[in-house]
Amino acid sequence: MLNLGQAWTAISDVAWTVAVLVIGVAILEAILWLVFVKWRKSALSLPIMLLTPAIIGLLVLYVYPLLWELNVSFTKMGIRNFVDPGFLGLTSDPQIFVGLDNYRDVFTKPVLKQTGFYQLFAQTVIWTVVNVTLHVVLGVALALMMNRRLRGRTVYRALLILPWAIPAFASLQIWRTEFNFQYGAVNQLLGVVGIAPVQWLSDPIWNFAAMILTNVWLGVPFMMVITLGGLQSISQDYYEAAELDGASTAQSFRAITVPLLKPVLVPAILLGTFLTFNNILVPFFINQNELETSDILVTALYRAAFQFSRYGFAAAFAFVIFAILMIFTVFYVRKTNALKGAYE
Amino acid sequence: MSIQTRQMLEVREARKERGWHWLTRPPHRGEDPRLKRIGIHIALIVAALIAVFPVIRVFGTALRPGNNLLNPTLEIIPRGATLDAFHHVLFETNLPNWLLNSLAITMGTASVGLILAATSAYAFSRYKFRGRSLGLTFLFATQLIPGIMLLVPIFLLAAQLKLTGTYQGLVIAYSVTAIPFSIWILKGYYDTVPIELEEAARIDGCSEFQAFRKVLLPLSLPALAIVFLFNFLAAWGEFFTARVLIGGREELLTWPLGIQRFQAQFQTQWADLSASAIIVSVPIVILFVYVSRYLVSGLTLGGVKG
Repeated sequence: MLNLGQAWTAISDVAWTVAVLVIGVAILEAILWLVFVKWRKSALSLPIMLLTPAIIGLLVLYVYPLLWELNVSFTKMGIRNFVDPGFLGLTSDPQIFVGLDNYRDVFTKPVLKQTGFYQLFAQTVIWTVVNVTLHVVLGVALALMMNRRLRGRTVYRALLILPWAIPAFASLQIWRTEFNFQYGAVNQLLGVVGIAPVQWLSDPIWNFAAMILTNVWLGVPFMMVITLGGLQSISQDYYEAAELDGASTAQSFRAITVPLLKPVLVPAILLGTFLTFNNILVPFFINQNELETSDILVTALYRAAFQFSRYGFAAAFAFVIFAILMIFTVFYVRKTNALKGAYE
Repeated sequence: MSIQTRQMLEVREARKERGWHWLTRPPHRGEDPRLKRIGIHIALIVAALIAVFPVIRVFGTALRPGNNLLNPTLEIIPRGATLDAFHHVLFETNLPNWLLNSLAITMGTASVGLILAATSAYAFSRYKFRGRSLGLTFLFATQLIPGIMLLVPIFLLAAQLKLTGTYQGLVIAYSVTAIPFSIWILKGYYDTVPIELEEAARIDGCSEFQAFRKVLLPLSLPALAIVFLFNFLAAWGEFFTARVLIGGREELLTWPLGIQRFQAQFQTQWADLSASAIIVSVPIVILFVYVSRYLVSGLTLGGVKG
């Protein structure tokens, strides 16, 4: 039953926060206006005024937490050693300072109860590669099929986008129940085809497969929509010219579709890799039995920080994970020129 | 024999002469041959069934009466279908409040995030200044950060500022974390809009800011809609930050935290969970349908308009 009193509290709480933000930004802008427009008469006063609120937000919610994490990663801070890490958490207490020990421990000691870094890394690589590959292959295939004169195209599109439109958190709860051994739909469907039921939630291999199935279901629509956008921006003239020159369908696909789709797909694949690599919801909720074989790096990070409360270790681990993705990105961007045009 | 029938018979005769060619040859220019189209339809129907299947299942489960919950069955509309579960979650649990809480937070953050990003993206798109590429690189790098990594320090900071257990910390955290990705999308889109339009407006007497607000912003509606949708989606289903920043305060729970409660006793509350999943999906699916016409045109990645 809707409790009006509580509802009012919630709405006014949010409205109050937004109002405070707006007033704060207005005061800030007034000061900036006085300084840069009236006093300095700077040519860049507009961009300065536009950027400053966002910059302050990013400093508080990205830069500061990163510095805090960096500082804590050199300490043995945990639930048993919860020492105030000093001014704003940015100075270090010699009592809990351990230097680079945490970084060494990430590679030499178990991250979870039994599982160490290298196994988690391998699991993450398999998870990411399989998912992104299937997303791209299925997404592109569906987009190619839909980018034709076809009856019912809008209906197909509406239905195929559904997995993206439904909140992932809700569909994950549903998928988990459907993987139930006895009552879940997946095993019943297998039964219809005459396949014995599978222990989706407790068998390590099948649980990993269940995670991938769920995530593929969730992620294909995004790739499909991106590809569809790319396909629709390719002028039909190219294909007609190719047809006049006697090119076969396969030839014009290779010579026109693939190269013109690349600038759209290359950044989409990079983005998809980030989202999959850092995806915590799917491995966390499909793996309810806390199988360590179904953990990837980021879920292990969550467990290290919030279940085992090893803050110092988790901070070092987080920087290692960040570095892995960074190295991959640098290579990917160099090789494919994925960010071409973004800096112009 | 009417003319139409005769024509039909003639067509049939012609098809017989051509053998199976009517299946494999395109009937009109620019169309696929029938056989290929049938194949495409079959593939798309299979894909659509897979996409929709869990949704159909959820409806079936939500409609089940209490004594039929654990019946391993695939039937779509269960025997003795009832709306009890919907009635239960809407009138006997706090789900309406959780929904409203989520809606308030999501609307607030998506709007604040959109305004901050739309203005910053303009600065990045139209001005050259020192630290510009550094800024873009930083915004990009934030996408690589595992979100969990920032949770501990953000929680401690919020606790020191007395912002935990309220929505203030959560609204600020959601708005700001949405900014980097939004700026990238919007800057990519602004870059595809010719700057000459704003220059013309300037000549007509607009100020710099007016040129942005009255010329560029209306033209960027597809991208703005997409960014709003993405920010809405991200905040609507967010779980971990909300859990850490709201804590256990019953009256403040968002729906993801709330429906976790139905999970506690898995077997008895299956129908409740399904009914809730349907209810929480409705607003977002409506928004999605509404915005989906911009979905293809508004999404720019890497400076290439998708």
